[in-house]
Amino acid sequence: MTATAEATGAPTRVVRRASISSNRRKALIWSYIFLVIFAVFFLMPPIYMLITSLKSSAEISAVTNPWVVYHPTLENYIGLLTSRQYLTFFRNSAMVSVSVVAITMVVSILAAFSLARMKFWGSTLLATGVFLTYLIPDTVLFIPLFKMFAYVHETTGIELINHWYVLIIVYPTLTVPFCTWIMIGYFASIPKEIDEAALIDGAGYIQMLTRIFIPVALPGIIAAAIFAFTVSWANFLYPLAFTTSTDQLVLPVGIITTLIKGDVYNWGQIMTGALLGAAPPLIIYAFLMDYYIAGLTAGATKG
Amino acid sequence: MAQVTLRNLVKKFDRTEAVRGIDLDIADAEFAVLVGPSGCGKSTTLRMIAGLEEVTSGDIMIGGETVNDVPPKDRDIAMVFQNYALYPHMTVYENMSFGLRLKKFPKAEIKQRVENAARILDITELLDRKPRQLSGGQRQRVAMGRAIVRNPKVFLFDEPLSNLDAKLRVQMRTEIKKVHQKVKTTTVYVTHDQVEAMTLADRVVVMNAGTIEQVGAPNDLYHNPATRFVAGFIGSPAMNFLPCRLEGGGDALSARLSDTLSLALPAARAPSYRPYEAKSLIFGLRPEHITEPRPHEPGLVEFTVPVDVVEPMGMETMVYFTVNGIEVCARVNPAAARPVGEPMRFAADLRHMHLIDPETDLVIEVPAALRGNAYTNGGAR
Amino acid sequence: MADATASGLAMPVVRQRTTLRRFARRRSTIAFTMALPLILIIAVLVAYPAVYSIHLATLNKSMQHFVGFGNFLFLFKRNTFWMVVEQTVLFAVSAVFFKALIGLILAHFVNNVPVRGQRIWRGMLLVPWVIPPAMSTLAWLWLFDPSYSAFNWVFAKVGLPAVPWLGNPYWARFSVILDNVWYGAPFFLIMYLAALKSVPEQLYEAASIDGANWFQKLWFITLPMMRNIISITVLFSLIVTFANFDIVKILTNGGPVDQTHVFGTWAFLLGILGNDIPLGATISLFMFPILAIAAVLILRNISKRGNEA
Repeated sequence: MTATAEATGAPTRVVRRASISSNRRKALIWSYIFLVIFAVFFLMPPIYMLITSLKSSAEISAVTNPWVVYHPTLENYIGLLTSRQYLTFFRNSAMVSVSVVAITMVVSILAAFSLARMKFWGSTLLATGVFLTYLIPDTVLFIPLFKMFAYVHETTGIELINHWYVLIIVYPTLTVPFCTWIMIGYFASIPKEIDEAALIDGAGYIQMLTRIFIPVALPGIIAAAIFAFTVSWANFLYPLAFTTSTDQLVLPVGIITTLIKGDVYNWGQIMTGALLGAAPPLIIYAFLMDYYIAGLTAGATKG
Repeated sequence: MAQVTLRNLVKKFDRTEAVRGIDLDIADAEFAVLVGPSGCGKSTTLRMIAGLEEVTSGDIMIGGETVNDVPPKDRDIAMVFQNYALYPHMTVYENMSFGLRLKKFPKAEIKQRVENAARILDITELLDRKPRQLSGGQRQRVAMGRAIVRNPKVFLFDEPLSNLDAKLRVQMRTEIKKVHQKVKTTTVYVTHDQVEAMTLADRVVVMNAGTIEQVGAPNDLYHNPATRFVAGFIGSPAMNFLPCRLEGGGDALSARLSDTLSLALPAARAPSYRPYEAKSLIFGLRPEHITEPRPHEPGLVEFTVPVDVVEPMGMETMVYFTVNGIEVCARVNPAAARPVGEPMRFAADLRHMHLIDPETDLVIEVPAALRGNAYTNGGAR
Repeated sequence: MADATASGLAMPVVRQRTTLRRFARRRSTIAFTMALPLILIIAVLVAYPAVYSIHLATLNKSMQHFVGFGNFLFLFKRNTFWMVVEQTVLFAVSAVFFKALIGLILAHFVNNVPVRGQRIWRGMLLVPWVIPPAMSTLAWLWLFDPSYSAFNWVFAKVGLPAVPWLGNPYWARFSVILDNVWYGAPFFLIMYLAALKSVPEQLYEAASIDGANWFQKLWFITLPMMRNIISITVLFSLIVTFANFDIVKILTNGGPVDQTHVFGTWAFLLGILGNDIPLGATISLFMFPILAIAAVLILRNISKRGNEA
């Protein structure tokens, strides 16, 4: 250790002879330690779901080591995948989610194009409004919506409550604001010169949208679509509030209300059901992880 | 004393060698400029001196002490980055005083140093502003101020002027030179612009592909390049290179450049060139040494060629012609320039010529007394 | 559109049609039409219900009579109400705090490892957020099961007493917060990782030369540069966590003894299950002030950032 004193009366410095690489190595080791600890913490529940799903009811109630499967069995999976009820839940969820994604993309793309590119009276106000809407959670809206749907039934005879298609009407409120916000960001980043070149080339607005903006902003569209799908698939409050008959339920509600019969919890089936229910988002995530993350960050870092 | 010494310095990134064993001695208070094309290793060398890159092998010594394992903050250096690297959330004063505050300097001293540096750089009114409120040139000055207040042993500059527009660049160049004259700190400056190198340096270090091609004072490199690379890199517009063969015998050597053009070489150089008589060589001559005929200057060799392109530059005119399929640039008095297509008479000042051996890419050495220098350099007028 | 034609004999019908067509082709009309679906959705399904809920809150249980502030006063007198307020605030604030902290720490460490590996770590650490919260909460419910808890099994093996994860009120609150933090931290990780990467490397190099150690770099450079993204994500998350429903409903259903109820679940209980729509609406309305404050703060933050850039 060498001590060096500054000529102008600054406090004396001790020159540390630690190489750059040894410091980096220490930092790296600490990083890995923390990362492993948290990876274990984060992945433990889904892995536990998997473990439980491979156990028979007998093994679960036998109070053996819960973390190890001694006699793996697929009976839970087979049971659910052949269960009419479960498949109905899956089907309902799929139909709702896909429809909502379609609606959301159409509405958001049109609105985003209009707000990002074409200024009209109140467009900035609307953009702020869109953003604010995203801040109004479903827990505030579900009660008035419930009453509104009941009223529609009274006046027009259209049954909305207790039908899975009511979700197609409400889910867009969750997806459209954020997706519009994402798309505005992507559209705004396309240089205006491209618009002008297209106008000179003779394109109208719809053509500009379909032939230029959508292809160029495709990553954003995919990200927004993934977001819309995931939100629709996972929502719990609205279906719980608006649907009650078994054949109208979607997955999140279905699993909980039917697999818990009174006081008897068939955990093997519950975990299997939950895991299978989580599968579509997980699969999309596994294959399209970058779009998934892009959707997240695009919205928030732009506001 | 703050000399910087590099001994056999090597830097490897994975398999590629960015710096291949260079030796360099920079004296105390010297302004050394590392110059070369992109990828030549100059920035890597600078960052190794700063401690931002680890040395693969070799030694770096600052003020006589080997600093390979010393972290940047203990090397007593200051660095000015290409992108200024100012802390955007701090005021100019806070930016400049950051290093001193970290080292727990007394407040009064910090104030004194900052105000002193601000005065030298003429940024005293900017002390309360944030970087985003400053222009490019102002930001660069703040970056320099941050370096000055630390009173380091060595200043390191990493292409600081590359982000400025041409006019500002010229201005800042002068500023940097003035600051160096005031503060007299050893400076290592990296740039790809050879004009910057020539105007700022006490000594220029020309680098290429990880090695040092030549080290010398600007004038030295200009008049006596040691390699083909240095000859072609220094000087703007670049030196003309033409393949040639030596003919004749005894003292009457001439360089045949094409079927129609052969230039008689200065007799005094014959001894140096005769060993290369049979070989094909490269003939090098700068545009400023190919002018219109000047009868009052002795020793110019004249020739006539048709003109291809004429570029009026105001004070001079650049005239391009072809020799053996290769375009040659000449710098002539605007009044003497002939129109395109017409034959024009040129005069070549062969005191400043170079012959290069293509096998070694080295400039064939000629006794010092026979070489061109600042006094013989008339240039175009 | 007072166009005088050359002959002075303008055909009114033709002019009207042209006017209409020109109106339709005008940029702002097209733009407005394109934004119309969005406007309708927001107006009918968001804005209107929000306002309607205010009206609902003023009705009595059977929704026949107007009772003004009756529902509000009723709630103010209930002890449970104040408990729910306290619980929701406690839940939101502590959960968001830990989510942000963990997100920040993890982002820092992920950024530290070589770039090639970062993608893998990021992929693994985001999984909690990808799984629908209803499903993952079921896993936690199973993990916390009073008889079969896998955690308690491990505790028993090392000699620690079993924990009444969902039975004891304080543990129940802890469990709910734990589940929420598990679910939400990855979001913060992703946000902060992106923000960390946007800090220019050269600033850290300049700080190295200026003499900063790792902590000083974190304090003087990283955190100030991330201040905006930190405040925005925290505010966002406060809103979302405050309005949480899924986790509490599935894990504890508000129990034991109403000690884990948050506004969402209590409104559901009284409004839908208890068949008292106006009361439910009143409860939901209490979320508005908090949401409004958070929204204003976010908006101010964004516009400030817009000016700073």
